[in-house]
Amino acid sequence: MPVKEKGNENSIRKARRTYGLFVYLFFAGITLLTFLLCVSTGSVPVPAGETARMLLRAVLRQDQPQTAFTSIILSSRLPRVLCVALTGAALSVSGTAMQGLLKNPLADGSTLGVSSGASLGAAAAIAFDITLPSLPFAGTFVLAVVFAFLSLLITLAIAWKMDHSLSTNTIILVGVVYAMLVNSILSLVVTFASDKVKNITFWTMGSLAGAGYSGALVLSVSLAAGGIILFRFAGELNAFAIGEDNARNIGVDVRRVRWIILAAVSLMTGICVAVGGSIAFVGLAAPHIVRRITGPNHYRLLPAAAFGGAVFLMLCDLAARMILNPVQLPIGVVTSMVGSVLFIGIFYRGRKGQV
Amino acid sequence: MNQSAGNTFSNNSPMLEVRGLSVSYGEKQALKALDFSIQEGEWWILAGPNGSGKTTLVNAVTRGVPSTGTIRWRGKNLRNMNSREMAGHIGVLAQNRSVDVSFSVGEVVQMGCYAHSTGWFGKLFRNDRGNKESSRQGRSIPASCFSEERAVEDALKAVGLSEMADRSILELSGGELQRVFLAQVFAQDPELLILDEPANHLDLVYQKQIFELLAEWIRTPGRAILTVVHDLSLALAFGQKGILMSEGKAAASGDVREVLSRDHLQAVYGMDVHSWMRKMLGQWDE
Repeated sequence: MPVKEKGNENSIRKARRTYGLFVYLFFAGITLLTFLLCVSTGSVPVPAGETARMLLRAVLRQDQPQTAFTSIILSSRLPRVLCVALTGAALSVSGTAMQGLLKNPLADGSTLGVSSGASLGAAAAIAFDITLPSLPFAGTFVLAVVFAFLSLLITLAIAWKMDHSLSTNTIILVGVVYAMLVNSILSLVVTFASDKVKNITFWTMGSLAGAGYSGALVLSVSLAAGGIILFRFAGELNAFAIGEDNARNIGVDVRRVRWIILAAVSLMTGICVAVGGSIAFVGLAAPHIVRRITGPNHYRLLPAAAFGGAVFLMLCDLAARMILNPVQLPIGVVTSMVGSVLFIGIFYRGRKGQV
Repeated sequence: MNQSAGNTFSNNSPMLEVRGLSVSYGEKQALKALDFSIQEGEWWILAGPNGSGKTTLVNAVTRGVPSTGTIRWRGKNLRNMNSREMAGHIGVLAQNRSVDVSFSVGEVVQMGCYAHSTGWFGKLFRNDRGNKESSRQGRSIPASCFSEERAVEDALKAVGLSEMADRSILELSGGELQRVFLAQVFAQDPELLILDEPANHLDLVYQKQIFELLAEWIRTPGRAILTVVHDLSLALAFGQKGILMSEGKAAASGDVREVLSRDHLQAVYGMDVHSWMRKMLGQWDE
C-alpha cells in the first residue's frame, strides 16, 4: 500500500527531527507575550503598549522619552525579568538533560549536589571578599561555577569509588547525601558572615529581585554554551533515557558523554545559583510539564523545555511579586508550591492512565 | 586456525577471536581464561546453568565489564576501538529490558543507526548513500544505515512491525517489544549479533518468530551470531557451534552436538539431561 508506506516513512523521518521554524516561532511568541506581561505588570502597572514601545526602542537603541515608567521598566523590571527568563530556561534544560541521562524523573541540576556546591561557592566568595582584579563582580560567578564543578567531581569520585560502573543509582544516592553535607556548611558560612552574605533564604529559596544586566549577560552566555552542548547530545540522551545498556550497545561512549553532559549542566546550574540563588522545582517540574506536550524525544524536548522553563519561572516570579503586593515572596516559595502541585498532578494522572 | 597479521583483514582470519578471557568480581573469578573464535556464517550457542558465566562472557566481549585477555575483531584489538566503531561491527540484544519512556517504535529503532551517524558536520557533507562501504571490508550491505530512513524501514519490515512505527513502546506486549529492540539491532547493521536469551519470558509464538528472524538474518554473507540460550532444543535446532559453560569455564566447546553430548551435560548439570528432554518431548507422542 503506497499510501501507508509513505506514512511510515514520514513517521520514521520525524523520529530524528527537531521542530520546524513555525513551531519555534510559536514558542518564541508565547515566551515574548509572557515576557511583556511580566515586565508591564507590577506594583506600578505600565500599559502593555507603552512597555512594548519602550522595549523596542531599547532594542533599536533609540532615545527614550523620559516618563515616570522609563526608570521602572528599564532599570528594574527589564533586567529582572530577563534574568528570570534565562534562569528558568537554563534550569529547565539542565533538569531535562539530567532526567534523561540518569533515567530518573526526580533528577535535576541539583541532583549531584551541584546547586548546593554553587551556593556555597558564591556565599564563600561574598563572605571572604574573593574577587577577580579586573572583574570585581565576577568573583561570585567564578567561585560558584568552580564549586559546582568541584561538587560534580567529588560526588562522581565517591560514586566511582563505591561502584566502578558509575551506575545512576549510586550517583543519585551520593549526590543527595553530598548536598545535605554542603547545605550544612553553607548554613555555617551564612551564620558567621551574616553581615555580608545574603540571608539563608536567598540560597535556599532564591531571589532575582536585585538582578541586573550583567547577570543577564552571564546567564545568556552560559545558556547558549550549555544549551548547544546538550542539544548536540540529544540523540545520546534519548539512548540514555531508554537505559544505559541500550546507550552502550548502540555505540554511545557512555562515560565520555556522561561527563560532557554533567559538565554542561554544572556550568548552567552554577551560573544560575550565583545570580539568583538556589531556585527549587523549576528543573524538576518544567521538563515534566513540557514532556507531556512534546513527548520524550530530546531533539524536541530540549528546545521546548528552554521556552517552557522561561515561561514557567516568569509566571512564578510575577506571582511572587503580586500575591502579597507590595511584599515580595522569595521566588522559590512560589516555584516549590506551584511545581509540587503540578508535579503530583502529572504523576497522578500518569499512574492513573497506566492503571 | 589462521592468525591474522596485524590489522590487515583476511577472509581466513576469524571475525572474533577471544584468548584467555577472564573476569573477576572482587575475589570471585567469574570467567576463567576462555578461548574461542567465531568465523563468518557461524551461529554460536552459549549454554550452561544459571551463574555459570554466560552473561559475564557477553558483557566482557562487549566491554560492559572490565576483563583481561585478548579480544580481537578481524585481527584488531577490540579494546582499542571506540564505542561507535565497535557498535558498527557488533550488535547486542540485552536480557531483561524494562522501558518506562513513551518513545515511538520508529524512534527506538532509529537509535540503532547511531553507530553510522556522522554528527552535525558530517551530515552537511554526506550524500544519501554515505561513505561507509569502503570500511565494511568486502561486505555488501543492501539495507544499511547509509540512509537512516531506509534502514529503519527495512528493519521494521524484517520484524513485521512496519505498521506500528508511530505506536508508543509502552503500549506493546513483551514479544512486540523484543521485536522492536531486535529491529533496533538490525538497523545497527552489525556483522556479529550477540543475544542474551533473546526469547526469555516470551511465549512459543514469539520465540519461534525471533529465532526464525535470526535464521533469516544470518543468511546474508559476512554475518555471525552468538546466542545465550537456556532451551537446549533451540540450541540444537539453530546452533552450529557451542560453548557449554560451567563455573566460569568452558566445560566443552566446538560442534554444538558434541558440546551438548550426554556426558558433557551430565557433568555440567549433574543430571541426565538427554533422558529428561526425551521424557518431556515423549509427552507429545500420545
